[in-house]
Amino acid sequence: MRLSLEPRTSPWPLMSALAPLLAVALATLGAGILFALMGRDPLAALHALFLSPLDSVNGLAELALKATPLLLCAIGIAIGVRANVWNIGAEGQFIIGAICGGGVALYFGPDGGWWLLPLMLLAGVAGGMAWAAVAAFLRTRFNAHEILVTLMLSYTAVQVLGWLVHGPWQDPEGFNFPQTPLFEPGALLPVLIEGTRVNLGAVFALLSVPLGSLLLGRMMVGFRIRVVGLAPGAARYAGFSEAGTVWFCLLLSGGLAGLAGICEVAGPIGQLLPVISPGYGFAAIIVAFLGRLHPVGILFAALLMALLYLGGEGLQISQQLPLAVTGVIQGMLLFFLLGADVFIGYRVRIVPRTPRHA
Amino acid sequence: MNPVPPRLRLRGITKHYGATIANDGIDLAVLPGEIHALLGENGAGKSTLVKIIYGVAAPDAGEILWQGRAVAISDPNAARALGIGMVFQHFSLFETLTVAENIALGLGTRQDMAALAARLRDVAARYGLAVDPGRHVHHLSVGERQRVEILRCLLQDPSLLIMDEPTSVLTPQETEGLFAMLRRLAGEGCSILYISHKLEEIQALCHRATVLRAGRVVAECDPRTATPAAMAEMMIGGSLPQTRRDPGRAPAGPPCMVVRGLSLPSDDPFGTGLRDIAFALRDGEILGIAGVAGNGQKELLAALSGETLAARADAVTIAGRPVGRLGVAARRRLGLAFVPEERLGRGAVAELSLAENALLTATDPDLAPHGFICFDRLRRFAADVIAAFKVVAPGPDAPAGSLSGGNMQKFIIGREIGHAPRLLLAAHPTWGVDVGAAMAIHQALIDLAATGVGVLLVSEDLAELFQICDRIAVLHAGRLSPPRPVAETTVDAVGLLMGGMMPEAAHAA
Repeated sequence: MRLSLEPRTSPWPLMSALAPLLAVALATLGAGILFALMGRDPLAALHALFLSPLDSVNGLAELALKATPLLLCAIGIAIGVRANVWNIGAEGQFIIGAICGGGVALYFGPDGGWWLLPLMLLAGVAGGMAWAAVAAFLRTRFNAHEILVTLMLSYTAVQVLGWLVHGPWQDPEGFNFPQTPLFEPGALLPVLIEGTRVNLGAVFALLSVPLGSLLLGRMMVGFRIRVVGLAPGAARYAGFSEAGTVWFCLLLSGGLAGLAGICEVAGPIGQLLPVISPGYGFAAIIVAFLGRLHPVGILFAALLMALLYLGGEGLQISQQLPLAVTGVIQGMLLFFLLGADVFIGYRVRIVPRTPRHA
Repeated sequence: MNPVPPRLRLRGITKHYGATIANDGIDLAVLPGEIHALLGENGAGKSTLVKIIYGVAAPDAGEILWQGRAVAISDPNAARALGIGMVFQHFSLFETLTVAENIALGLGTRQDMAALAARLRDVAARYGLAVDPGRHVHHLSVGERQRVEILRCLLQDPSLLIMDEPTSVLTPQETEGLFAMLRRLAGEGCSILYISHKLEEIQALCHRATVLRAGRVVAECDPRTATPAAMAEMMIGGSLPQTRRDPGRAPAGPPCMVVRGLSLPSDDPFGTGLRDIAFALRDGEILGIAGVAGNGQKELLAALSGETLAARADAVTIAGRPVGRLGVAARRRLGLAFVPEERLGRGAVAELSLAENALLTATDPDLAPHGFICFDRLRRFAADVIAAFKVVAPGPDAPAGSLSGGNMQKFIIGREIGHAPRLLLAAHPTWGVDVGAAMAIHQALIDLAATGVGVLLVSEDLAELFQICDRIAVLHAGRLSPPRPVAETTVDAVGLLMGGMMPEAAHAA
């Protein structure tokens, strides 16, 4: 006998809901096996990964802090994917957003007033949008696919940041470290809970959930996005502009990623450094799919992914495991999710080896 | 009973797809040299049955006897090895290769191209299938392409040839040629299984008919003696509703759409450009555009609906306003409605609910005031369409993909009419829908025209065009013949135009 995959007559909605849970379970199992192979006690390591970060107020605040950029980037990515516009380069828009917003902070220095922080946020959003607009222009004008353009622009953004902090924006009093001066206190986002690092950015991230839901579920522009994504032929028939949708999605997701970027440097970091993101923009792609491209699902997925980042740091300390373990577990999560998703549209059938009757 | 065993006999063939039963205990016998019709509506199980015979699908139960011997046909190669050939409704030819190269590919083994071309000419001459083996397929008309497909089968000396709806792409004259070829083939002893729902053709061609309905054999008859009405009733399992047309209708009013000097190159390298199209669609009339598919229908509809823009604004006018440079949404706001050829993926989105699909072409701002969708009003609109057009659907929240083809089409037409258009473009509206739904769609178009709306009907089905149109024009190679009143033209004259004869020549003929 052999196994064969057969298309279902209609998709299995239950599996669509179960797949993320199944993927988390399988990735946890895989992580346990990985820990055992590396000579650690799997239960202790899993405890350090998933539970230790949550046993204090500070831990929970750190979770919200890490979930903030993931949530902002993932909601933008998900809205784009709904229209079949694949912004793979949220990382780059995040960095450019941080540079633009951070540049405003550095330019005004101690001369800023109440308007400085809003201006920085606007500059961050505009920077992310501008970086994504390059991809939108190349896609709509020359049909260059946004997957490649946004991805490659991410690496360009990293180089731009590196050049700035090693060169023109380097802190003259920083002992030649590649970093800018620290932002003035007036250029930092207010902290929400005294004694933790969770800041106003978390509020923006939380707001993006209902706003994203509203856009996709109840607004005409969201309806257009869904039609363009589900049936491009129907969108042309209905007269929905494909180019307009590409521009809208890339500007929206670029703007959200730029907002995430400025919130990161005006929040926990407080200056520009050569590396300001542990790959939030890329991890947000996993978050978007794990959350079923739905804002509420993405909220939970972002919290889970943030936990993996926190737990990964914990593993370094308590189990002396390399940080790369976090990346491996993220990869397993996406792998198992994509695998489980196959069963939404297909069923496994056991085909007996005996030939058909003659 | 015939002393020789039937060439093909099926016993109790059953096939399930999930919960639906496509074939339910089908018995069938095809004699040597017989042209056997397989008759039934869309969804009756004809395609599944021939897929089983040709080895594309495996039956769940039942047996196949070939020349009296039980056989298992595991794949199309096995079917061809037995001597079964099949011409599909949709051709599988490579446009950029020549006729001979296409046929060599189909034969599978390495071929001496010169010898193959000679053999091709020989077989083609014997059956009157004029095709030049050296020509590239993209130069060929649809009728010629079909000949290539038939030649490909004939080179393998089949003793059973399966033809799936072969005339849907042919002009009446080409159909006659095909029938002559099939009769000759049958005369030489080849059996033919002929699948169709066109009763006149089956009467003209076939010796015996097996009627399928809902996966079962419901009747067998001699089509040469049975009346079309009787066969239609066997097919749909009830009496055929008639479309009503008020004979004392007011004459058509002023033009609602005028097209003048519309020329457009095609985007598709193998598509057909439009050349100097001119016509006027008047309020309250149904104007038919006949023609074999691929003669510019897609391009014409795209240019009229606004999906492609004309070079000049006044090439297309709606109610006197030049719209040639306006897009789809702007033309809709001027009262244009459009029923496209493909239902799912174009006329409707399978994954969205019927209510959401109603929003696809809505111009009424009340359905989405200030950019926010009003789902209550949408549901009510969709429910009204479902009720008015007797769409079989669970309700406005049912996904469009869950409806049958005929019901989806009724919903799309109902939605377009529900948006209160000034004129309606309909592309092949009854293609692939069952007889009952086709009748309902015809009635809807007639009733719409009676309210003063101009209807442009693009169709390949001449019976349909002559039944409901006021005037008919023919599209051939991107040119449109002048529209003529139905009473002043004939199927033959239209057929000649479809084949590319100039109007003058058609009058002389």
